[in-house]
Amino acid sequence: MTESHDAEQAALRPHAEDAFADELAALAEADDRPRPARWRLSPWAVATYLLGGELPGGKVITPKYVGPRRIIEVAVSTLATDRALLLLGVPGTAKTWVSEHLAAAVSGDSTLLVQGTAGTAEEAIRYGWNYAQLLAQGPSRAALVPSPVMRAMSEGMTARVEELTRIPADVQDTLITILSEKTLPIPELGEEVQAVRGFNLIATANDRDRGVNDLSSALRRRFNTVVLPLPETAEAEVEIVARRVGQLGRSLDLPPAPEGLDEIRRVVTVFRELREGVTDDGRTKLKSPSGTLSTAEAISVVTGGLALAAHFGDGVLRASDVAAGILGAVVRDPASDQVIWQEYLEAVVRERDGWKDFYRACREVSA
Amino acid sequence: MTAVRQEAAGPLLLGVRHHGPGSARAVRAVLEAYEPRCVLIEGPPEGDAVVGLAGDEAMVPPVALLAHAVNEPGRAAFWPLAEFSPEWVAIRWAVERGVPVRFVDLPAAHTLAMSEGEGEPQEEGGKTVPGGTDGGGAAGDTGSGADADGGVPQPGRSEEVRLDPLAALAEAAGYDDPERWWEDAVEHRPGHPTGGGGGAVEAAAEGDAGSGPGRYGAAGGGHGAAPDGPHSDAYGDPYEPFAALGEAMAALRAVHGDGGHHRDLVREAHMRLRLREARKEFGDAGVAVVCGAWHVPALAEAVTVTADRQALKGLPKVKTEVTWVPWTHRRLARQSGYGAGIASPGWYGHLFSAPDRPVERWLVKVAQLLREEDWSVSSAHVIEAVRLAGTLAAMRGRPLAGLTETTDAVRAVLCEGSDVPLELIRDKLVVGDVLGEVPEGAPAVPLQRDLARQQRAVRLKPAAAEREVDLDLRKETDTARSRLLHRLRLLDIGWGEPVRSRTASTGTFRESWRLCWDPELSVRVAEAGVWGTTVEAAATAKARSAATDRTDCTLADITTLAEQCLLANLPDALPVVMRVLADRAALESDVGHLAQALPSLVRTLRYGDVRGTDAGALAAVADGMAERICVGLPPACAGLDDDGARAMRTHLDAAHQAVQLLARDERDMTGDGADAGNGEGTGADGLVRADGAAGADGADGNDGGAANAGDAGNLGSTGAGGVPGGRWRVDAGLLGRWRGVLRTLAERDRIPGLLRGRCARLLLDDGQLTDDEAERLMSLVLSPGTPPGEAANWIEGFLTGGGMLLVHDGRLLALVDRWLTGVPQDAFTDVLPLLRRTFAEFEAGVRRTLGELVRRGAGAGPSSGTDTGDGLPGFGPGLDEQRAEAALETVRLLLGAPDGVGGMPDHRSPYSASRADTSPADTSRAATARNAGHGMEEAATRGAGHGGGQTVGRGAPRGTGRTATRSARDGGREAPPERGPEGEYEGEHGVREVHA
Repeated sequence: MTESHDAEQAALRPHAEDAFADELAALAEADDRPRPARWRLSPWAVATYLLGGELPGGKVITPKYVGPRRIIEVAVSTLATDRALLLLGVPGTAKTWVSEHLAAAVSGDSTLLVQGTAGTAEEAIRYGWNYAQLLAQGPSRAALVPSPVMRAMSEGMTARVEELTRIPADVQDTLITILSEKTLPIPELGEEVQAVRGFNLIATANDRDRGVNDLSSALRRRFNTVVLPLPETAEAEVEIVARRVGQLGRSLDLPPAPEGLDEIRRVVTVFRELREGVTDDGRTKLKSPSGTLSTAEAISVVTGGLALAAHFGDGVLRASDVAAGILGAVVRDPASDQVIWQEYLEAVVRERDGWKDFYRACREVSA
Repeated sequence: MTAVRQEAAGPLLLGVRHHGPGSARAVRAVLEAYEPRCVLIEGPPEGDAVVGLAGDEAMVPPVALLAHAVNEPGRAAFWPLAEFSPEWVAIRWAVERGVPVRFVDLPAAHTLAMSEGEGEPQEEGGKTVPGGTDGGGAAGDTGSGADADGGVPQPGRSEEVRLDPLAALAEAAGYDDPERWWEDAVEHRPGHPTGGGGGAVEAAAEGDAGSGPGRYGAAGGGHGAAPDGPHSDAYGDPYEPFAALGEAMAALRAVHGDGGHHRDLVREAHMRLRLREARKEFGDAGVAVVCGAWHVPALAEAVTVTADRQALKGLPKVKTEVTWVPWTHRRLARQSGYGAGIASPGWYGHLFSAPDRPVERWLVKVAQLLREEDWSVSSAHVIEAVRLAGTLAAMRGRPLAGLTETTDAVRAVLCEGSDVPLELIRDKLVVGDVLGEVPEGAPAVPLQRDLARQQRAVRLKPAAAEREVDLDLRKETDTARSRLLHRLRLLDIGWGEPVRSRTASTGTFRESWRLCWDPELSVRVAEAGVWGTTVEAAATAKARSAATDRTDCTLADITTLAEQCLLANLPDALPVVMRVLADRAALESDVGHLAQALPSLVRTLRYGDVRGTDAGALAAVADGMAERICVGLPPACAGLDDDGARAMRTHLDAAHQAVQLLARDERDMTGDGADAGNGEGTGADGLVRADGAAGADGADGNDGGAANAGDAGNLGSTGAGGVPGGRWRVDAGLLGRWRGVLRTLAERDRIPGLLRGRCARLLLDDGQLTDDEAERLMSLVLSPGTPPGEAANWIEGFLTGGGMLLVHDGRLLALVDRWLTGVPQDAFTDVLPLLRRTFAEFEAGVRRTLGELVRRGAGAGPSSGTDTGDGLPGFGPGLDEQRAEAALETVRLLLGAPDGVGGMPDHRSPYSASRADTSPADTSRAATARNAGHGMEEAATRGAGHGGGQTVGRGAPRGTGRTATRSARDGGREAPPERGPEGEYEGEHGVREVHA
């Protein structure tokens, strides 16, 4: 185990159950509450794993998800009632992250994953065939290639489906039988795989994306839906952005920008205000542009600004470095968003103390 | 059950949580088991007189016991009671059985009197008793018992220092909802009624309510509790939980003393006295007291009668009356701002009325509501929601799912994660639309009294006969009358209708009303009693709610409401209305709507000024709205069809006027307002154009004094000296941006011709476009490349509102003339109607003059501007020496110089006008020129001699001119304005109709 663990460490990105193996072990040890069948931890411990906390022995569990406690509690309870869980949210709200950690905590394995794309076929969800075997021996269990979902069913594990709404609608619907009958028929063999207790499924989907295949109501009914919100407070979001930008900047070999925190705060403020349609002080209503303006986008604006400052500026992140990036993120639809942005500039930014440079920079790039 | 009456040791002290359904059930169980002979309730003893009405069939909770000072209806306190309030349950129980009910709290006569001089507007204080603080017993408004908080805001008793005992206990036990803790820990723990309470009390006593160990301990206890639901009446003695709770409270009070509720001591003294009386009369065991749990230890305490009497000595007193008023769930809810103290009256009502399986029944209710709204919700959904709620409760260590768990389950299962339907559920179910009723026999509402008082105060008798009154708003009484009538109108009490004044008065200081008191109006007054106890408070509450509750009203509706608030002088409602107005405006995407709303808003602003109302907030909103119009106008104007363009032109004009007014308001209005107003108002067009040129000149950089005749003089030389001293401090902000927008529109190709022409004209009139530029724009649009129809539209836009321009500027006339003769024959029939429409609007004289000019060949001549200076725009060819002679003397006098007439107009750069925005010095020059223009106009229309005289009259040396105008303006405030600002606006913008 240790050997493979070391090998995993060398991986660019280790799986959750490996990266936090010690926390999971400590939780399992301290956890004396009832566990549903084949769960590694009790629901309470799973929630603690995600939200962080301190165990009686003094072991500190780091928070994996920063956000409302309620969300994680509902998600874990959903899995405990053997209902499938659908995590909804705009891009950059940690849907995949939460789903991975849930699977790791509940089943100890986050790798039973189907990545949804426009080209995802039924085989990816049900099973495929090893054609050499099939031709040589005819249909048999040995020639059958199980999908991650099928494996999860037979072993009582948690399966994950990423970007469920990107999968074509007819393929999506193969999940209906799996989720309602908890069985997967194999007509070729005249058999079926019945899910054993402990099986469940976590799907993620993007609710602001375009060109997706909406879930049929039959399928939708099989899921409990949890919407992951954007960060609640500006401070939390500034934190997230600054930390992430720091990480990204290191990997891109950008010099650190000690002065940049104010600019980050400004970017986050602009994004939050436009997203929420109201200024931070709650005194002025605004129109919201069509873009999502997620935290992830704020991160990329700041990273882009840092690159500008490092390569073409004096290395200090300034208003002019982020202005163009913000404009690009806000004005997605040239007709309506342009007006919204102008209004925002004139009504809010212009009047704000200490934002003169930002106003000027934005006027420059908007002109 | 009466066999249990062995507790004859003392009276039944039923400590409750106000509005707690669990408490209510427990109280009923005790009453039924012990059958006391007298029930004492925490509440004002004055209520004893009307308590009988509670048994009336027509009395439907929620209702509130209302106590108010007789002479001052605004001083009032409410004790709301819902169906699930323990006090209400006790009252009903007693009244039905003929058991006497007595209120034992401190009399409202004292509480209302004590509130005097505490600064807080009483009705607010009275109604808004945060339920949280009363917690155990001090619940103010809850009729129960409230106490002090209920009626009486106490000095120095802020929420922070006040202790909510139940919340403290609940928090110690790890509960976020005290009511939940109450249910879990106190009422549904058969066999261990003290367990939860005791543990919690210890935690609280240690002073670390809500901290780690306390939380885990209590939560663990809750986990192990019998999960048999809130309806298990399994335990033997229904009084036992109350006894245990009394002990818990005693422990808590031992630590916290009075918990910051200082007035409680007085109230408790009174309660003890009343309790003693009742015990004497009905015996120790025959009395039940329903009060906040917090008071229980105090009632059990042994205090001498003398000490209690002492505590009550010398309390101030005021004459009060008590009645019942209908209440609503919404007002019970904390969110509505009324703050009677509970967040979810609908849920509590459900808990109280559901016979069993509260969670399942609740979720079915939710499903039904969602189905009504066309959400597809199946029974399978409900099943899953129930399961999820149960699992969540188990995970959170609660014996039974509460509102939090069911809401989470509803969101995840029924609403697909969306919060939108949840809002609906919160509104319709969790809070609920329940409205109480009060029987006919209830005493009159205080609003009626207040109205009568006010009618006396302003000496307006309600009479059935119709009559009209004229109010002069400069008089105090009349202002008060107007205010009262406006407030009543807001309350839908249509006593007075505003009518057009019979005396054709001018100005804004006069109002005429038609008064008629219809007996049916008394009913309206009674209905309006829901809103408040005084006319002002009621109107304020109504206006606020109209602004916030109605989602279907348009921006203009809200603007009107704001206007009404100003008229009715409701300073407390105005901020809310403004807030809504600003929000609406921010979200309004139709520039047309904004442009429609802006003028009335600006009007209101000015009107507010006249009345001395503070309209600062309004100005901010108006500014914001104008700003939005600036931003939104260009995209909104692009690609419009003919009808759209026509509609937009109206908006454009409206917005233009409004922006001008707004910008002018921001200026220091000394004098220039009046003069410029005259110039624009009377001169309508031709002349104002002169400022355009002059302003541009100024901007060109000549830096002479304002009276420098050099550049201004060449245009309106006669008037050059007539500077009124107006500081034309143009707001480079708003006005500048607005002009920028107009300029953009005028130059942009995709904008319909009508609008482009209009913008060019507005700019020209404002002096923001030089003649050369105007000519360039016109020749551009009238060149052969432009379709004739488009060109005709442009001309219509450009010339609407007066053709003097063409009379005065031969070059423009020449352009039109040349274009018109060049229109191909087939196109001519198309443009003819457009042109006819345009020219038909001109005055006959103008048309005739134009005709003559064209016949004289103006088309060919003037643009060349050849020999002398006679090619000057605005002057016919050749110099009429005789007429000039007549004016010359005056001009000399004015200029105080032998010869003041100087050089030529000098339009060097097309950008000069835009520069004029930015330089105050230059713009002040524009004012000069404006007056010069004025003079010139007079000269042009009435003859030079006359014009000169005019100018002398008006244009004294600077200083005096300013003083004169200022005094005129000040005079306008008090006296009928002859030439004050109002007069000016009448002339200019037709404001008079609106104000009259």
